[in-house]
Amino acid sequence: MGVFDIYLLEALINGVLLGGVLALLSLGLNLIFGVIDVVWICYAELIMLGMYGMYFMYAVYHLPILVASVVCIAAVAVMGVILHVLVIAPLLGSAPINQLLATGGVLFFLQSAATVMFGVEFKNLGLRLPVLKVSEMFLSYSRLLAFVTALLAMLAVYLFLARTYTGAAVRAIAQDRQIMPLMGVNTHRIYVITSALGGALAGLAACLLVLQYDVHPFVGLSFGPLIFLICVLGGLGNFVGGFAAAFVFAEIISLGGLYLDLEWGYVFAFAFFIVMMFLRPQGLMARRS
Amino acid sequence: MRRPLPLAAALLLALPFVYHAPYPLHILVIVLIWSFAYTSWSIMGRFGLVSLGHGGFMGIGAYVTALLWNKAHLTPWLGIPLALAASGLLAVVVAYPCFRFRIIGHYFALVTLALSGIVLQVITATRDYTGGSLGYTPERYHGGNSLYALQFTGKETWYLIALAVWAGGLWVWRKVDRSMLRCALEAISEDEDGAAAAGVHVTAEKLKITVLSAVMTALAGALYCQYQMFISPDTVSGIAISLQMVFAVVVGGIYVSLGPTVGAVITILLAEVLRISFGTRAVGWDNLVYGVLLVIFIIFLPKGILGSLLDLARGRRASPQSAARVASA
Repeated sequence: MGVFDIYLLEALINGVLLGGVLALLSLGLNLIFGVIDVVWICYAELIMLGMYGMYFMYAVYHLPILVASVVCIAAVAVMGVILHVLVIAPLLGSAPINQLLATGGVLFFLQSAATVMFGVEFKNLGLRLPVLKVSEMFLSYSRLLAFVTALLAMLAVYLFLARTYTGAAVRAIAQDRQIMPLMGVNTHRIYVITSALGGALAGLAACLLVLQYDVHPFVGLSFGPLIFLICVLGGLGNFVGGFAAAFVFAEIISLGGLYLDLEWGYVFAFAFFIVMMFLRPQGLMARRS
Repeated sequence: MRRPLPLAAALLLALPFVYHAPYPLHILVIVLIWSFAYTSWSIMGRFGLVSLGHGGFMGIGAYVTALLWNKAHLTPWLGIPLALAASGLLAVVVAYPCFRFRIIGHYFALVTLALSGIVLQVITATRDYTGGSLGYTPERYHGGNSLYALQFTGKETWYLIALAVWAGGLWVWRKVDRSMLRCALEAISEDEDGAAAAGVHVTAEKLKITVLSAVMTALAGALYCQYQMFISPDTVSGIAISLQMVFAVVVGGIYVSLGPTVGAVITILLAEVLRISFGTRAVGWDNLVYGVLLVIFIIFLPKGILGSLLDLARGRRASPQSAARVASA
C-alpha cells in the first residue's frame, strides 16, 4: 500500500466527515458543561432515544422525514430540560462527582428502558442515501449531509451565543456563576435554556446518526465515551478546543481503521487521549484559574 | 462488638457443609467475588478518588490469567501474581501522571473512563488471541478439578476461596482505615494544597491507594475467571462494569467497610429475583431499577443504605458530639 494512495485520501476525507458529526456531538456536551458545570454521562443515551424516535416516526408511522426530524429535535430538547429539572437541579450544590454519577444512573435507566420498550434488535430506517463516487473514492451522502448540517448547527449556536441577548446571558453565566445571579440574571432560566439547547443538539445528532447507523439500546456506548474524551481533550467547556479535538480524533480513528481494524482506531484514539492528558494538562485545565 | 465477629466467621465457614444446594451456593460465591471487587473499588473511592477505570483492571486480572494459562501453560498460581503485577503497573502508568499533574474530580473520572475504554477495545481488537466479544474460556485441566490449575468443580471449595478473599479484602480495608495513609488521604480529599503544605506527599499517597485498589480489583477479575471458566469483555471489563461497581458501592454505602458488600448483595439479589420471576422478559429491568435507585440514592441518601442505617443507629444513642461530626461530614 503506497503512502498517498486513494484509500488514504478516502480515509482522510471520511475522517473529516466523521469529525464534523463528532464536533456537533461534543458541542452539546461542552455547552452543558461550560454553562452548568455538569457532565451529562448519559448524553449519548439521549441521542439513542432520539434515534429510536426517528425510527418510529419515519419507519413505523411514516411521517415525512423532515417533520420527524423537527419533532425529534424538540422531543430530545424537552428530555434535556426534564433531565435538568429532575436530576441535575437537586444536585447543583453537591460534589461534582455526585452529579457525574447521578447522570450515570440516568444512563443505566435510559439504556435499559430502551431495552425493555424496544428490545435489543438492531433497527434502521430502511433509508439508504446514495453513495457519491469521486474518482475511485466512495463517500456517502449521509456523511456529507451530516457534516454540512453539523457545521450549520455549530454556526447557529455560535450566532445564538454571540448575537442574542439570551446568548450573552448564557456566556456570562459560564464565566461567573456566583456574580451573575447578583446582576439580575435568572440562573435557573438560563440553565433550562442551556439544557434545552444541549438536548436539541443531541436530537439533531440523532437525526444525522440514524441515517448512517442502526439503532439499538447500547448504541450510546459505542460513541458516548468518545464524546467525553473529545470534550476533555479540548478542555471541558472550551468550544473551539472541542471542535479541533473532534477532527483529530476522527482522523485517528479513520486512519487506524484503514491500516488495522476499526477497534485499533479506537485504541489509538484512547491512547492518544491519555498521552495528551499528560503532555498538555494545562490545556485541559485551562478553565481552572 | 467483639464477640459477633468470630460467631459470624464460624457461621459463614460452616455454611457450605450444612447447606449445599448448588444454586444458592453459586449466588453466594458470585456475591462474595463481586463484594470483594466493590470493596477494592471503594478502598480508593471513599477518598474522593472516583475511578471509572476499574473495569479495565478487572479485565486485565481475568484475561492475563486466562491467556497465560492457555497460551503459555503457566499455572494460575504464577499467572495471577503476574496479572496483578500487570494491573498494578498499568495503574502506575495511568495514575502517576494524573496525580502528578493534579488531574482530579471529573477529570480523573474521565481519564480513567478512557482507560476502561482502552482495555475493552484492546480485548476486542486482539480477537485472534482473546476471542474478542465472543468471550474466552480457560482450558480445562484434569476434568476441571485440579489444584495446579486452580480449577474446582465443587462449589463448596469456591465458596471457601471466595470467602477467604473477601475477608482478606475487609482486612485490608481495616488496615487502611487504621493507618496514617487514611489520615493523609482524608486530608488530601479535603484540600490538596493544604495537605501538601502540611507535609503530606500527595502524589505518593494517592498512588499507593490506587495501586492497592487496582491490584485487588485484578484479583477479583482473576477469581471470577477461574470460577466461571468463561470471561467476555462485557462481563469483566469495560465502562458498564466500571459504572456497575460505582453504583453498587453508592447504594451499599461508600464510607463503611461492609457497604460495598451490602451493595453487592442488594444488586445481585435484585437481578436474580427479577431474572427468576420474569425470565427473559426481565432483560433490562434490573438495570432500569438500578438506574433509578442510583439517582435517588445520590440525591437523597449519598451515604448509601448501610451508611445511613449506621448513622441512624448512632443518632439514637444521641451523643451531641457525634451528631455534630456526622453533620459536618
